[in-house]
This record gives sequence, structure tokens and C-alpha cells, in this order.
Amino acid sequence: MARVVLEQVTKAFQNQSVVKGLDLVIPDGSFTVLVGPSGCGKSTTLRMIAGLETVTDGKIIIGDQTVNQLPPGKRDIAMVFQNYALYPTMNVYDNIAYGLRNRGTSKKECQVLVEEIAEIVGLSDYLKRKPSQLSGGQRQRVALARAMVKKPKVFLMDEPLSNLDAKLRNQMRVELTSLHKQLGSTFIYVTHDQVEAMTMGDQIVVMNDGHIMQVATPMDLYQEPENLFVAQFIGSPPMNIVAAEGKSEHVWGFRPEKAVLLPAAVSAIASEEMWSARGQVVSREILGSDTLLHVETEKGRVIVKADSEAAMQVGSSVTVTVPWEYMYVFEKGSGKRVGRMSGRVPVSTRAGGDS
Amino acid sequence: MRKAATVQELPGVSQSKTEVRSQAFAWSDLASRLRPYLYLAPALICFVLFFFYPIGSIIYLSFQDWSLINLEQMEWVGLQNYQDLMKDGDFHQVLGNTAVFTIATVGIGLTLSFLLALWLNKKAKVYGIIQATVFSPHIISLVSVSMLWMWLMDPQFGLLNAGLEAVGLPAYTWLTDPKSSLLSLIIVSIWKGVGYNTLIFIAGLQSIPGDIYEAAALDQSPWWRTLRRITIPMLSPTIFFLLIINTISSFQAFDTIAIMTQGGPINSTNMLVYYIYEQGMDFYNGGIASAASVILLILVGILTAVHFLVMSKRVHYR
Repeated sequence: MARVVLEQVTKAFQNQSVVKGLDLVIPDGSFTVLVGPSGCGKSTTLRMIAGLETVTDGKIIIGDQTVNQLPPGKRDIAMVFQNYALYPTMNVYDNIAYGLRNRGTSKKECQVLVEEIAEIVGLSDYLKRKPSQLSGGQRQRVALARAMVKKPKVFLMDEPLSNLDAKLRNQMRVELTSLHKQLGSTFIYVTHDQVEAMTMGDQIVVMNDGHIMQVATPMDLYQEPENLFVAQFIGSPPMNIVAAEGKSEHVWGFRPEKAVLLPAAVSAIASEEMWSARGQVVSREILGSDTLLHVETEKGRVIVKADSEAAMQVGSSVTVTVPWEYMYVFEKGSGKRVGRMSGRVPVSTRAGGDS
Repeated sequence: MRKAATVQELPGVSQSKTEVRSQAFAWSDLASRLRPYLYLAPALICFVLFFFYPIGSIIYLSFQDWSLINLEQMEWVGLQNYQDLMKDGDFHQVLGNTAVFTIATVGIGLTLSFLLALWLNKKAKVYGIIQATVFSPHIISLVSVSMLWMWLMDPQFGLLNAGLEAVGLPAYTWLTDPKSSLLSLIIVSIWKGVGYNTLIFIAGLQSIPGDIYEAAALDQSPWWRTLRRITIPMLSPTIFFLLIINTISSFQAFDTIAIMTQGGPINSTNMLVYYIYEQGMDFYNGGIASAASVILLILVGILTAVHFLVMSKRVHYR
């Protein structure tokens, strides 16, 4: 059990900064997810915590110890790789036991520990097999078992589910979450998939271009995005952004599910209560429970999430309406969130913002 | 025949229609069975012509007493040639030389190449330059290599002895003494082969995924254990391949011997292939040469089979 602290951590490859002065506290026992588009520096950050990349500048502290100079094996961490990185020439048992043997654990104790872990992840019948004889899901479990058996203070996971099919991925998501509850260790998890981040993390770190955009719980991230990037990265489909009326230095944004579509015939919306725009449905995506309607309006193209029963067809004329309290206000240049609307007036919800 | 069948198959022409049809069917069946062999024929013909025929004829010739100068006078002597070989002290020495040469060249050569590959398997430019330098002997013809080393190893004017004397060591006899001549050939052979072997080893090393080493680092694996438990097993197909081709080529060493020592001094560097050449071309003992060729064939066959049996259990293919 340990918390992980990053202080002004920077990484540059040949003069090109990939991670630019990160300050981050990962609380003890938390399930922290680093999420962001590819190339945002999230994997590099994880690899620096693991010790697989050197830190160009700044400090990494695990527990009470600055680990910058410690080799990966001495940091009391375990990592699950995207491609599992199992030892192909060793069987499942040896794969799991390898780290223990290197630490000088006795053969007998090793056997007890490995069998115990294999039982937990459901690999007891496969201990004699080589990784090449296992399915993707089973390999994933070996990788997990290999990490778990060392009982590390911190688990690092680099997109561990990205090589699994959708069904197995959902299942493993649930299993990882409950594993985290059982073990109580600190989990640091890297993904580019915002669904994974939202469902698994209790603290989410959104990164972009080597910077942290926001650190928050999943719900806060969704409801109180601090900037345009987070607003558009979190949520599927992303937040709609439209031109602000009256103030040219602002833009407005609203979530697709907060908009209501009205047939064009019903018009004359009181603009005191709602933002509205006339437009035409240009395409429809049916998701089952919901339908996504892409509407070309006079104020820009927006996506509206509607009930599947909504009868709007492609080509029909509609009016998109959004109650003012669901309208977010952002600064145009910096993308910083200003606040929400109250009636026709923007109200600052946070003094200055803290990003 | 087939055309006739088609005519008869016209409606209402023949009573024996079914019979003819079944015959036609058999024809097309045969054609489809033969087709694969037809496609294989060019390769098979070459194989028979240039592989089975020579092997067969060399076995046949090994039971004859014959020589290249008088091919008409061929006499069946049964196993006499083999018996002569078994009794011949020179031939025993030749077998011994071949074994020592092969074991030393393959053993030292591959170990050296492996260590070089471990050292050179890095990204910086300088390693690429060293790699190219080490590889260069491979593209020089063995004749040139032999001439070069004869000059280097010259007892009076050679660079090697000059070097030894410069650091205060006594001059070495190199190719001129039976005690040192085989060692000299082994050195030349290793020098010639090390670049190619290193290149293949480096290719093998580079095909090992990097994240396995990262996982090993996280598992606190000390470098020698990483080498023993991860690198070498992952490299086993490469090691296996190099072991086989190096063993076979060492067994068939000829050019260096022919140019540098002609098997001497006092038979000390004579090896199987050169012995065969000597018997057949210099001494006109066609029968003996053929019998020795058959023995070479059997030995190489056994060695390869043993390699396959032993290694196939330990080689890891992904």
C-alpha cells in the first residue's frame, strides 16, 4: 500500500517533450486511471513510474521514497503490459513464479503462493501449459497472476484489456474492479478508452499533449468538465459546442442527452427558458436504447441523443432546444470553463478555476 | 478414345452408354490424380538427376576398384575399399582432424559470435560500423582469405609474429609445425565465419519482443538469469540453425586446406573432403575416394539427425 506522488515530472525524447511538468497525487489504495488520446504521454508517465523510462526532470515518490534512481525491480510495483509480455518459453507456473524466485523465495513457498494465485484467477488447470497454448483471456490472467503474486504496493496497467474482444473486455473490467477492492492496493491504469476510465476509475486523470487537463471522479468529470478538451473527450458522443450569443469571447456547450428535439411546426420557444436552434436531421445512428440524431442547425451542427421511439426521420425539420441550466460556458481561446448559464446570463460556478 | 466416348454419349446412340461413361470418368480421375505429380515433375527430375543419381553412383563406385585415368578398367571389389580405409592410419588421423576442427570451429565460433551479437545488439551508429566490419570477411572469397592469412602467419615476415615479437613474446610456428597447423586453420575458419553468425544472432536477438525484457526487469531478473532463462531459449531456433549449417560446412572444409597447407605438414591438417580430393585426383584411387565420400555422407547424415533429435525437444518455436 502506498501513494504515488509526481512532482514536476518531465520526459523528453531527443529534445521533444512528451510529458511536460506533471504534478499529481495518486492516493493510497485508489484506482487511478490515466486517460487521453494517443500520444498524450499517459503511457510514458506510467513507464516512468515503473522505472522503464528515466525521468528527464522532476521527482517520483512511491510511499515515502523518491524512486528516480531505483531500478524497476526494486520499486515494489508490478506491471501488466498491453501485450501481456509473458515469457514464451516458460510454462504458466514458471511465468508466475519467476519474479518470486528472483527475490529468493523458497521453492516450497513459491509453490504455495503460485497455486493460491492460480486458484484466484482460475488458472489451476493450466499451470503446465505454455502461453502459446492459451487463449487471449487466459494469457491476460497469467499476466495478472504474475503481477499479483508479488503482492506489490502499486499495480501498473498499460491498456491491459485492449487486446481482448468486447465481451471479454467487459467481463475483465468488472473483475479488475472487484480485484482492486479485494487487494486494496493502489492501481494505476492507462487507457485511451473513456468508457474503461469512467467505469473503473475512482480518480480519473485526463491528459492531453503532455499536460494534465483535469483530475476528478468520473461523475465530476462528466458533469463539471474544467475545459473544452475534457468536455469533448469525456462522454460519447462528445459535448456539442455552439457559438455563444452576444459574447464573442465565449463558446457554449451542452450534452447531447440534455437537448430536446421538437418538430419544427411547434415553434416560438420562449428564449428566456431555453436555447433553441432550427435545423434539419441529416443522419441517424440507432444504438438500441437510444438514437443519435445529427442535426444541421442555423447555429452549427449538433448531435442529439433521443429516445429510440423518437419518430424524427432523416430530412425532417426540427428545433433543437436546451434548457439554459444545462448550457456550459467556456472561454474561446483558452478553452477554460467559465461556468453555466442561468437564464440568459452566464454564471461563474468556480472562482478562477483550479487547473 | 475419349472423342469416341463423347460421340457415343449422344442421346440414343449407344446401348453401352453407362460403361463408356464410367471409362471416361476413370480417365478424368486419373488425370486429376496425375496432375500434382506433373507440377512437381521439374523439381523431382532435378532432385533425382542431381541428388539421387550421384548418391547412387558414388555408392556403386565405392565398391569398385577404379581410377580416373582408366575408366574402362573397373573391377568389383566389394567392401575392400572400406576395409582399406579402416586399416589406414592416415584416414584415422583425417577423421580425428575433422572432428577436432569441427568441434573447435563450431564451439568457439558460435560462442564468440553470440557474445559479439549481445554486445553489438544496440542502436548507436558505432555498433553498426563494427557489425559491418566483422561481417566483411564473409563476402571475401576463401581463396583471398587464405592468401591473406598465409601472409599474416608467415613465420619470418608475417604480421602476427611481428606483433608477438613487439610485445616480447617468442615467434610462433603457425602453419609450419604439425602441432600448430590445425589450430591455425581453425583460427582462419572462425575469423571467416564469425561475421555471418553474428549477423544471424543479432537478427534473432532483435526478434525477441522488448517488453519481455521489461517484464524481466520488473521481476528483478539478474542479467545472467535473463540470458539463461529468456534470451537463450528465445534464441534456440537461431542457435539450432547455426549449429547445423556450421557443423556441415566445417565438415566439408576444403578451400583453406587446399591453399594453405595441402593437408600438411605430415597430414596434420588433412580433413575428409581434402582427403577425398587427394585420393581421387592426386593418387587416382577412385574407389577409396568414393568410399570415403560415402563415409562423409553417413557422418553428416548422422550428425544432422542427432542435432534434430536432441535439439527439437529443446528448441522453442513461436
